[in-house]
Amino acid sequence: MTAKTTFLEPESLDRVVIRFAGDSGDGMQLAGDRFTDVSAAFGNDLATMPNYPAEIRAPAGTIAGVSSFQVHISDHEILTPGDMPNVLVAMNPAALRANITELEPGGTILVNSDAFEQRNLEKAGYQASPLEDGSLTAFRVIQVPMTSITLEATKPLGVKPRDAERSKNFFALGLLSWMYTRPIDATVEWINEKFANREMVQAANLAAFKAGYHFGETAELFEHAYEVAPAQLEPGRYRNVTGNVALAAGLVAASQQSTLPIVYASYPITPASDILHELSRHKNFGVRTLQAEDEIAAVGVAIGAAFAGQLGITATSGPGVDLKAEGVGLAISLELPLVVVDVQRGGPSTGLPTKTEQSDLLLAMFGRHGEAPLPIVAARSPSHCFDAAFEAVRIAVKYRTPVILLTDGYLANGAEPWKLPDVGALPDISVPFATEPNHDGEFWPYLRDPETLARPWAIPGTPGLMHRIGGLEKEDGTGNVNYDPLNHQHMVELRAQKVAGIAKELPPVTVDDPDGASLLVLGWGSTWGSIQQAVREARAAGTPAAHAHLVHLNPFPPNLGEVLARYDRILVPEMNLGQLTKLVRAEFLVDAKTLPKVQGLPFRASEIEAAIQEMSR
Amino acid sequence: MSDEAAIGTLSRKDFQSDQEVRWCPGCGDYSILAAIQLLLPELGVRPENLVFVSGIGCAARFPYYMNVYGLHGIHGRAPAIATGVALARPDLDVWVIGGDGDMFSIGGNHLIHSLRRNVNLTMLMFNNQIYGLTKGQYSPTSEIGKITKSSPFGSLDTPFNPVSVALGAEATFVARTHDLDRKHMVEVFRRAHEHRGASFVEVYQNCNVFNDGAFSAVTGKEVRPDMLIELHHGEPVRFGANGEHGVILNRFGECEVVEVADVGEDRILVHDEHRTDPTLAFALSRLADRPTVPTPMGVFRDVARPTYEGEVQRQLVTASERQGPGDLAALVGAGATWDVG
Repeated sequence: MTAKTTFLEPESLDRVVIRFAGDSGDGMQLAGDRFTDVSAAFGNDLATMPNYPAEIRAPAGTIAGVSSFQVHISDHEILTPGDMPNVLVAMNPAALRANITELEPGGTILVNSDAFEQRNLEKAGYQASPLEDGSLTAFRVIQVPMTSITLEATKPLGVKPRDAERSKNFFALGLLSWMYTRPIDATVEWINEKFANREMVQAANLAAFKAGYHFGETAELFEHAYEVAPAQLEPGRYRNVTGNVALAAGLVAASQQSTLPIVYASYPITPASDILHELSRHKNFGVRTLQAEDEIAAVGVAIGAAFAGQLGITATSGPGVDLKAEGVGLAISLELPLVVVDVQRGGPSTGLPTKTEQSDLLLAMFGRHGEAPLPIVAARSPSHCFDAAFEAVRIAVKYRTPVILLTDGYLANGAEPWKLPDVGALPDISVPFATEPNHDGEFWPYLRDPETLARPWAIPGTPGLMHRIGGLEKEDGTGNVNYDPLNHQHMVELRAQKVAGIAKELPPVTVDDPDGASLLVLGWGSTWGSIQQAVREARAAGTPAAHAHLVHLNPFPPNLGEVLARYDRILVPEMNLGQLTKLVRAEFLVDAKTLPKVQGLPFRASEIEAAIQEMSR
Repeated sequence: MSDEAAIGTLSRKDFQSDQEVRWCPGCGDYSILAAIQLLLPELGVRPENLVFVSGIGCAARFPYYMNVYGLHGIHGRAPAIATGVALARPDLDVWVIGGDGDMFSIGGNHLIHSLRRNVNLTMLMFNNQIYGLTKGQYSPTSEIGKITKSSPFGSLDTPFNPVSVALGAEATFVARTHDLDRKHMVEVFRRAHEHRGASFVEVYQNCNVFNDGAFSAVTGKEVRPDMLIELHHGEPVRFGANGEHGVILNRFGECEVVEVADVGEDRILVHDEHRTDPTLAFALSRLADRPTVPTPMGVFRDVARPTYEGEVQRQLVTASERQGPGDLAALVGAGATWDVG
């Protein structure tokens, strides 16, 4: 370390990737969140990736209990939370051990040296302290006794040491805030507000935060601070948003634009519960939320609400989609609007509840008995969850069909700046209810609109339109129970045609291909950022590559077959073993190749770029 | 006014659909359907404001025969679907029809939760103690030892007592009636409909094909006086041709059938439907754990508690008063924002 250099100018960086890692009880998600929010407000472009264990409190100090939060901030447009962190904050040995392999060579490690004592080293599986055995020579290690300084700083307040120790995440946040010249006022304000009712905690956190900041300023550990200038984003008003929050806002917007109140029923499940939390706060929008007794009840409540003429919505993750399958099939037969959100996570079974995956595409597509097609929409980034939710509702309402909206754990919890939409410019997606008999003075519930094939939506309370519908096969037109062989074939085909026909109005898939490449990278859902970054890097390295990304998975955009036919080679990176690949191969007879990744983690751009280079040889 | 006049002129026919009723000839479901169609014109509810929701099973075909809004759902889920209807539209009059398999086996969870939530639903459970539509397997209300196709050596499962289950699930209205007494059915259904909140009615229903006579030891015309205990609020619980039998509470708080002459009239239990605590209703429900001993019929419990959808509505109104009507631009731009360019 060099001499004291406090007064040197900060060094400018165009971007930096920081990972906060610690025990699940160390408050790393909170520290990461705060760092993100001040960076967002400062004007950086950013992307985040929280990663936490399924256990609420796994045994302290163990690898299983490590929780981390990665944030990528930059002075230019970025698309991913970053492949490899440049800086790792490790609050204990387990956090170091769990994350060290992903740190970039030569990267900076900021450790809480107080935590590197025998017991913690053993729990993390270290024979000797990595701080002393020379195993970290490839990195720049900065040891800071964060616990003891925090205790020291909070001592005058009379906080009990056990409680004071909890504030060490704010010490780390303060130190990082100094290192990257983050404005501190917003964080001070946040602490004051958040802990207004717990004076002692408020004071301790403030003291720890300031101690961390001043430590950076005065300790002789750093040559200088860094700065990452604001990014030149598209003009507009921005906020930082996670996928689940954006999705909830999209549902509320769709409710307003369809003039249908929301009835949202769901059963708590990771990583979808935040949508319920968010929506249950918006009762002044007429949103009714019900925490159901189980996943099946949740879809049942949503179907009942749709029958009654409102917007029935349920959200869950994979295991819940399995359970809801019968209800979704009923909604297909009833031909009622319904939105089922699947925030995908690692499977099968309970799988990896807190980790991301894209392995429910074929479940969404085929996971019901009988011929039971439905439209599928997938969000591609946290803020795009707003648009995708709006689109799912639009299709459901217009075509009177259940729609599955796919997001995943990475989108749900990941955050990015969101250029706020002009809500006044959102389209009207309302549809009329039936009010009159439609067939010789009678009402036929299955007499379809010739254009959309949607059946009339006649809601209880409407005189003269009383009708009975159910899951039994029904006669086209009258809707009466009917077991006639030819009628069944006709109805099965009609339901399929209705869903297939949606393609007519879908926007064509656009291809990002500035160089006329012969290789197309085809993606869907949350891989958008990594793929886009990868093709940009490949192009910069002289390898042309095109990128097309699907929001509509069923039906596909009308021009997809023609787009795929234009390319010699098609690469499909997916966080599964090749589910979209199977679909496009079956549908278009193209030799698409899968780049699979099922590690509970999103793709690194470099992984996709390597596959592009490999395939371009 | 014209609406009220129109309601007054409604008759049984106005509630009958054009669909041919397809239960087996002699099924108890016919008389329950007739009782409902006789009652509805008297309730002052227009057909378009009625919603009948059912699950799967013989009983679940019920909505097809009613000229109202009807939803024939999936097995066991009718209480959940009906909860959605009622939650969305508290203005509607929502009924749930199901059998013992539908409501107590595959749909048991939804039943108990809709009862505890006190959703304003009128729920009729046609109990025939057998699976009819799947042609005769034992059900969750079949007696132990029941010989059926799926239990050739006798069923081993202890049956549910539906009234006890409903009481245990915090139901605010619980009653029992049977398919051989139309007048009793009509009155019990009327009471169930009047009740604000979830009302649960067990209807003893004869399946003459797969479980004929399951209730005749109680409901048969000749045995009724000595086997069927009619409950009346505020009156001593007595039965027998001359009221010679009665029910007392013993020192353990359990109900016991006695001869009035043996214990004296003062010791006979006086029924109270409105007790907040369900203990008394529960004790009465335990008098008969199978329909071969003297069995109470009528309203066990009828207490007031806020309805679920009413409370949801109240929260919406409060939220609007506090936060003002929803402002989408404000929602989208919540939290810290910043401007670029």
